[in-house]
Amino acid sequence: MSIIAIQPTKRGHSESVWAALRRNPAVLTGAGILILTLAMALSAEHFFPGDPMDMVAAPLLWPGADPAYPLGTDSLGRDVASGIAYGARASLLIALSATLLSVTLGVAVGALAGYHGGRLGDVLMRITEVFQTVPSFLLVIVIVAIGNPTVNIIALAIGISSWPTVARLIRAEFRTLREADFVTAARSQGFNNRTIILHEILPNALAPLVVTASILVASAILIEAGLAFLGMSDPNKPSWGGMIGSGREQIASAWFLTALPGLAIIFVVLALNMLGDGLNDALNPRLRRYLP
Amino acid sequence: MVDRLRILRLARRTLWQAVPTVFGILLLNFLLLRLIPGDAVDVLASESGGATEATLALWRSHFGLDLNLGQQLLAYLTHLAHLDLGVSPRFNMPVSQLVFDRLPNTLLLMVGALGLALTIGIAAGVLMATWVGRWPDRLLSLAVLVLYSAPGFWIGLMAVVVFSVTLGWLPSDGIETLGLDLHGMAWLTDRLKHTVLPVLTLSTFYIALYARLTRASMLEVQRQDFVRTARAKGLPPTRIAVRHVLRNALLPVTTLAGLHFAALFGGAAVTETLFGWPGLGRLTLDAVLSRDYNLLLGILLLSSMLVVLVNVSMDLLQAWLDPRIQVE
Repeated sequence: MSIIAIQPTKRGHSESVWAALRRNPAVLTGAGILILTLAMALSAEHFFPGDPMDMVAAPLLWPGADPAYPLGTDSLGRDVASGIAYGARASLLIALSATLLSVTLGVAVGALAGYHGGRLGDVLMRITEVFQTVPSFLLVIVIVAIGNPTVNIIALAIGISSWPTVARLIRAEFRTLREADFVTAARSQGFNNRTIILHEILPNALAPLVVTASILVASAILIEAGLAFLGMSDPNKPSWGGMIGSGREQIASAWFLTALPGLAIIFVVLALNMLGDGLNDALNPRLRRYLP
Repeated sequence: MVDRLRILRLARRTLWQAVPTVFGILLLNFLLLRLIPGDAVDVLASESGGATEATLALWRSHFGLDLNLGQQLLAYLTHLAHLDLGVSPRFNMPVSQLVFDRLPNTLLLMVGALGLALTIGIAAGVLMATWVGRWPDRLLSLAVLVLYSAPGFWIGLMAVVVFSVTLGWLPSDGIETLGLDLHGMAWLTDRLKHTVLPVLTLSTFYIALYARLTRASMLEVQRQDFVRTARAKGLPPTRIAVRHVLRNALLPVTTLAGLHFAALFGGAAVTETLFGWPGLGRLTLDAVLSRDYNLLLGILLLSSMLVVLVNVSMDLLQAWLDPRIQVE
């Protein structure tokens, strides 16, 4: 009886979210840019065979000067277009794995602290506060300095420094939801804590988590770019921030070396933010009235 | 009187709550830095072209690097209790002196950037909220979103191309013109000119952030009952926007400004490297690259302590502004 009553409302809700997303031009633009970037990262070898770190032409060719290198070449004669295509790979890989790590850590800590509360909750929130107080970019620098600037270590460092946001969000959601009727109902049916956390409460906290995750991916891309700009990136793989850092030497004569990879970062981060804003509007119907 | 008591009670609680955080920060930094492979003596030896085992051992005992982990932590805590942050092997100077020499420059950068971001960001947010849904809102929202998505150091570099390389208006390196002995107004103008681009670079992201926050917060407050009452009383719209809506909308903004203080330290590291600004951020990078633990420990500790201090004062400011906040 109750199952029949619940299911239609559930489907109705998700359909309206989907429809709201599809009606929003910003979401469609953002999703489009992201799909294109992903395709560029995956097909880099097809369009740019050969190592992007190799010298292929005369150095410092301006964009458009040679049709074979539409975005020009840098001071070592490397193809800028190829660097941007391969750089998408490093950026996306690092940002996605860092976000996966911080969401996993944050959900684990936040769910335990919010569901159980008490002493365990206090200790977990103290730890969260420590990680939130330490300047996170400095923490990333230190972790990368301890390890080596490889893709794995950079992702690990960004993940470790950005999970507190998720933990606080999930804790707040769990504290509200643990008193909800459906949780009491599940508990009275004899479900154990694990099942209640993973199958009852977590799915209901998913909406704000998705929005936060999209913002985390965007900020991870920015952190990685800053790190690479400081010279802390894998020296054998092109990255957007690294390209900006090395293009800086020629800023007076060839500013396009700095401008182009920067534009690539802006496009991807902008796309993620548009997607995040759209998701927020769609999942948070209270704010919808402000949309024209 | 009652209000002063309330704030005193809140102050005691906030300070008490900061103690475990401070200790956690200490422990985290210490454990992290112990994980670094190789130590400062290795770097010293490679820079001076090698050293015998006996010299290495002598150096290690001189800097206290031959003790075990627990002893080193204890020694560090004892030194801290005497307000002694140790000696930097790299610069052969007391860490506290190095840090306090550079700190004012970084604080100038951070306070300048935060001030600029709050001013422009709140102004833009108010404009957007006033014209919500119409073209000024849409245009500004798009501009703010682009600013929110761009790496600050990239905008800084583009500003260098325009204002330093092309127009030649502003310097792009250092904190003052070298080799000139300036005094009075000329000195101040020179310093200000060197400050413009770094402050702008550090503030871009936060301008966008505060604009978005203020807009959302104003829209939230506008829907509340007391605003409807004010409108029903026939108060002029500007007065409602400033005295009723903005004042309340700024509460979440001030809380977050405290939290962003920590993030600004990170941004300062990139900005200082970009503009050759002699501050704490660049010192951090130097310390990491030369594996100077004492120095790094000192910087991390100090910046985290500053963050704790700012958070505590923000909590108190909040309590002073909002009489509803009580010790539960």
